[in-house]
Amino acid sequence: MSRIGVFVCHCGENISATVDCAGVAEAMSRVPGVVHSVDYKYMCSDPGQTMIKDAIKEKKLDGVVVSACSPHMHEPTFRRACAEAGLNPYLCEMANIREHCSWVHEKSEATTLKAIDLVHKMVEKVKKNQPLYSIKVPVTKTALVLGGGIAGIQAALDIANAGHKVVMVERSPSIGGHMSQLSETFPTLDCSQCILTPRMVEVAQHPNITLYTYSELESMDGFIGNFKVRIRKKARCVDEKLCTGCGLCTTKCPTKKIPSEFNEGLGMRSAIYVPFPQAVPNKPVIDKTQCTFFLKGKCKVCEKVCPTKAIRYDQEDEIIEVDIGAIVLATGFNVLGAEHFPEYGYGRYRDVIQGLQFERIASASGPTSGAIRRPSDGTEPETIVFIACAGSRDEAKGIPYCSKICCMYTAKHAMLYKHKVHHGKAYVFYMDIRAGGKMYEEFVRRAIEEDDVKYIRGRVSRIYEEDGKLIVKGADTLLGHQAIEIRADMVVLASAAVANDGAEELAQKLHVSYDPYHFFAEAHPKLRPVETNTAGIFLAGACQAPRDIPETVSQASGAASKVAALFSQSELTREPVIAVVNRIAPPLYSTCTGCALCVPACPYQAIEMEEIKNRDGVVVKRAAKINPGLCQGCGTCVALCRVKAIDLQGFSNEQVFAELMAL
Amino acid sequence: MAEFEPKIIAFVCNWCTYTGADLTGTSRIKHATNVRIIRLPCTGRIDFMLLMKAFARGADGVIVSGCHPNDCHYTSGNFHARRRWILFRSLLNFMGVDARRIIFSWVSAAEGAKWAEVVNTAVKEIRALGPYDEYKNLAPIRASWRTEHAG
Repeated sequence: MSRIGVFVCHCGENISATVDCAGVAEAMSRVPGVVHSVDYKYMCSDPGQTMIKDAIKEKKLDGVVVSACSPHMHEPTFRRACAEAGLNPYLCEMANIREHCSWVHEKSEATTLKAIDLVHKMVEKVKKNQPLYSIKVPVTKTALVLGGGIAGIQAALDIANAGHKVVMVERSPSIGGHMSQLSETFPTLDCSQCILTPRMVEVAQHPNITLYTYSELESMDGFIGNFKVRIRKKARCVDEKLCTGCGLCTTKCPTKKIPSEFNEGLGMRSAIYVPFPQAVPNKPVIDKTQCTFFLKGKCKVCEKVCPTKAIRYDQEDEIIEVDIGAIVLATGFNVLGAEHFPEYGYGRYRDVIQGLQFERIASASGPTSGAIRRPSDGTEPETIVFIACAGSRDEAKGIPYCSKICCMYTAKHAMLYKHKVHHGKAYVFYMDIRAGGKMYEEFVRRAIEEDDVKYIRGRVSRIYEEDGKLIVKGADTLLGHQAIEIRADMVVLASAAVANDGAEELAQKLHVSYDPYHFFAEAHPKLRPVETNTAGIFLAGACQAPRDIPETVSQASGAASKVAALFSQSELTREPVIAVVNRIAPPLYSTCTGCALCVPACPYQAIEMEEIKNRDGVVVKRAAKINPGLCQGCGTCVALCRVKAIDLQGFSNEQVFAELMAL
Repeated sequence: MAEFEPKIIAFVCNWCTYTGADLTGTSRIKHATNVRIIRLPCTGRIDFMLLMKAFARGADGVIVSGCHPNDCHYTSGNFHARRRWILFRSLLNFMGVDARRIIFSWVSAAEGAKWAEVVNTAVKEIRALGPYDEYKNLAPIRASWRTEHAG
């Protein structure tokens, strides 16, 4: 027979004003199995908790029902009190007679009767409760950072400086990301590479960071603290240990007319190449799709000139397996492609370029060494038009959101242009100027007032070429939709920031959710912005939504601190509310029939099939097995199981039916 | 004669509707006393045998409520519940159980007022349907069948 204690709280007058608390306690004392039933003014207060602890010891209670507020409010409090008195905390349940009863009903007999029902059903439930023990999961103190842009760099450095191992994986041959392509940064006009490249070098030299460039995530298994990750290290065709980065191969390579990705197609690179001079690591890669040797079977110039004999044409992709405790996703963004702007002639007219291309033109390390020149004929543009919101906030282009960074970088571009071409005319077509941020509004005002950039509020309808000029047709909505025509030499589109290529595929590999635009989804938009719904996977930077550098860096540090907090413990403690498949004595071993319907139903991939063998090693049957580290305790499998072989600890069939039978 | 007070049992998920019902309380929105809530982690956990058992225990109506589609704390539990409900409803017709006595709704953690409305509407509708005598009358039939067939 159970020995249950019932504790009815008045919550001052919050409950007792409408519910006859003494009556509830009296009614409960008559329920079989209840050996102790009292009411008290404040159960959660220190004397209240002491009452519970004393009763557990004196009356040898094996179950406690606190009938008070919502379990969301004080369940941890009372469970802790029970644990302190030596009772397993999961033998304590709460009956919610405040939020669900006294606060929503008038004082009446019906209200007290409802309270009695609510407490009674919890008494019946607690009779069926089993002692549970929190689950301990070990933690591998190595973090995986996916993406080597400023977000990944910041996160990796923060985690590594906290004393933990970091594995960084970058898809392209060098780390640095989009930030390494930028000329100057707003609102300070700092040189982007000057502030970034020291951090890139720090990553490469940090004793706690292992860097894999030209590599991609192949697959991910496991769960928080215990991920198993496979990384594909693509063949560079260069032995990185022997290569000194002298660059002889890149200068001698005969195939030189390949549009450079780093220069956004405005410059050329060779088939064996280092993406940019400050690349980390400064080791070349052979582009197999362009290399004469790989296409025609002969050439091998690079092998001949290499002083250290580092060229390896037969190098193959390598798969590296690593145990990982936490993952930071920092895979960044992309810009909307040319095919989306037929009306602006982007991709058709060489002098219609997008923002990143202008960055390269304005950059001292760019194809024009920082001089503003038209891509078509290399002349200095006298009139330049910037179009903010090229694609952003445009439902027709499928991008209803604001790309956030364009207002600021367009102001920066216009400013950089005016600083270099003093007599030139700069126009900006905009919808709204969104300059929220420290010193941002001042920056835009400076572009308008000091650098005389002409801001026109309105949209551009089309751009066409006439006599070597680009005719920009638009409207000024502040002058009553007056039609405007500008004869420009160059047009820069602030094209929308979109999710990176392969974001969807990566999200599926990692079981991370994503929004309709394929940006990764955070666990909570306000309170958990750097976490994903998958425990142990965190977000940093523009892979979550378009954002600028300061925001990216702070989010990366936020993600890093989450990882460091996770790694500060050697074991994770989890609530034992998880599903279990029954295991019984031979000859059946489990009532599970092995139908495996629960496997695809589980949202967390926590269920796998296991072979049950007898002592001779013969497989008796296949049965489901639930990974306690992955299971989050939703119970979908429990309701689905046709033979009731799965049960949910804390909300077992026995418990829930017992509750129901009390009503 | 006093008005008929239906007995209604609600199966709700912990994260949305239970929390929503907590908000009803915190907002002091008064509603009918007829509903008894059974808390489960997720609507996906709701085995529809529970619903049948509720009727067997003399419930006149049942409410099933969880997170809105796409808002499930466990990603997809409510989709499983919804799919199961669609199948179960046709089974109810086959069994001769009145599907109008089962109310399916989505109430989020922010919809305290909506929960009160769900409760009041359920009480009103079930009250209009009257006591679920058809189901309750099955009990004596079953009992007499047992006596006849015993031994």
